[in-house]
Amino acid sequence: MLYAILCYHDEDTVGSWTKEQDAEVMKKLAVVQDRLTKQGRLGPVARLLPTTAATTLRKDDPPLVLDGPYAETKEQLLGFYLVDCKNLDEAVDVARDLGAANPGGAYEIRPVGLFNPGSVAR
Amino acid sequence: MTDTAWIDAALTSARPQAVGALLRYFRNLDTAEEAYQNACLRALKSWPQNGPPRDPAAWLIMVGRNVAIDEVRRTKKQEPLPEDDQAISDLGDAEDELAERLDGSHYRDDILRLLFICCHPDLPATQQIALALRIVSGLSVKQIARAFLVSETAMEQRITRAKARVADANVPFETPGAVERSERLASVAAMIYLIFNEGYSASGDTAEIRKPLCEEAIRLARLLLRLFQSEPEIMGLTALLLLQHARAAARFDADGAVILLDDQDRSLWNKALIAEGLALIDKAMRHRQSGPYQVQAAIAALHARAEKPEDTDWTQIDLLYGALEIMQPSPVVTLNRAVAVSKVRGAEAALEMIEPLAPRLSNYFHYFGVRGAFLMQLGRNDEARIAFDRAIALANTTAEAAHIRMHLDRLMRDSQPRGKKAGK
Repeated sequence: MLYAILCYHDEDTVGSWTKEQDAEVMKKLAVVQDRLTKQGRLGPVARLLPTTAATTLRKDDPPLVLDGPYAETKEQLLGFYLVDCKNLDEAVDVARDLGAANPGGAYEIRPVGLFNPGSVAR
Repeated sequence: MTDTAWIDAALTSARPQAVGALLRYFRNLDTAEEAYQNACLRALKSWPQNGPPRDPAAWLIMVGRNVAIDEVRRTKKQEPLPEDDQAISDLGDAEDELAERLDGSHYRDDILRLLFICCHPDLPATQQIALALRIVSGLSVKQIARAFLVSETAMEQRITRAKARVADANVPFETPGAVERSERLASVAAMIYLIFNEGYSASGDTAEIRKPLCEEAIRLARLLLRLFQSEPEIMGLTALLLLQHARAAARFDADGAVILLDDQDRSLWNKALIAEGLALIDKAMRHRQSGPYQVQAAIAALHARAEKPEDTDWTQIDLLYGALEIMQPSPVVTLNRAVAVSKVRGAEAALEMIEPLAPRLSNYFHYFGVRGAFLMQLGRNDEARIAFDRAIALANTTAEAAHIRMHLDRLMRDSQPRGKKAGK
């Protein structure tokens, strides 16, 4: 089963990290990612740009394009992982490892119903 | 970095937050500024000995507040002093506590309030910006004068007048309403742009120390954008700052000398900042309400999109500068346009374009640098040398002077054979 791990954090906090602090966190996360990659379990990973760069399409009739992110909460969706896990417990464990590498905020764990690895070149 | 350099940098970058918080406590700009100055004096004594505090802004706020409260109590002769002295000397624990209470949204509101107070509608735009640069960013009068291309004395007077007016104006402390806020947005945006420019125009040896200015400007711009999510000009401003700042790592060589856009190693450009900037300008364009920041961001985006210098769409850049000239007529804009014109139609046409700017830019470093470069391209080396000499005399930073000297050296090399002949 594929699980999506959605990364929520306070954007102000993450945005205030220095370049060095940011690199430090990314390095720690790479350790967890490498392990999952070796096990053949890591799907696409994405870090999203700040929500100020976001646009929302409301599916009204006619559709409405709005500036900004969909949810106006203190913690914003900043990125996501796709990880292959046998069950929810395993997915929670992965999230726990990621959380140890990058404390603060929250992860939302969601089973993936339909998966297309896509074809976008990196 | 020397002690004074990092302390300067720390004080500069902590200032908006510290003064903003002190203003919230005291509700008086002079008291807040004075409290901040006093805290800075203590920092200069304490930090070199004890090392930098974990959170310089929290330290400055607490010390500034305690000193000011002391001051009030001393004049009122109400309470004995020892208790407060103790609080100041016992910073370790107190700092932790205060840092906890300074949650994110709080300090951003503080900064915003401070910005808006500086942008009081009673003040003409130039005074608002100057005041905010002085009070929020803590730039020196000389630095502000340079950014405005006016004399130091004139700027000093402008700031003094502005301060007096804000003090008399009895600025309300409640958060402004939505309409009032939007009206002030343009002034705040201009001020943020100038904060960025102060950092961006720093030379190689100080660029690193002044980089917090660029970063603070970007943080403020993102903050404003979050408050005004549908303002295309704030999107444009933020995009502009991001796209400019993305080039930071490629702008100076190891010796701190300027590397021009054409010669920069584009692999050093920050791709995440560029992606964010491009996303924002795309968002802004959808609104079809053009403005100066969007146009400038669109120009920066054309540079960012060119993988190699020769891929740059100079024709489009020329057109965009043309649009900017109409929105915001200024000899500096025309000077920038001339650089694009030189790429599209040649140095002759570009030179012709900047000739009429001479009287207004007679004290502007870049005018003579650009003019010299055009003349050099046309092989008019003697005239080029005169322009470059003038540029060096007007250079604001050693890096600017060094860059021009490089051109002069090349001219000298090129003309040496002829020079020998003339000598004999």
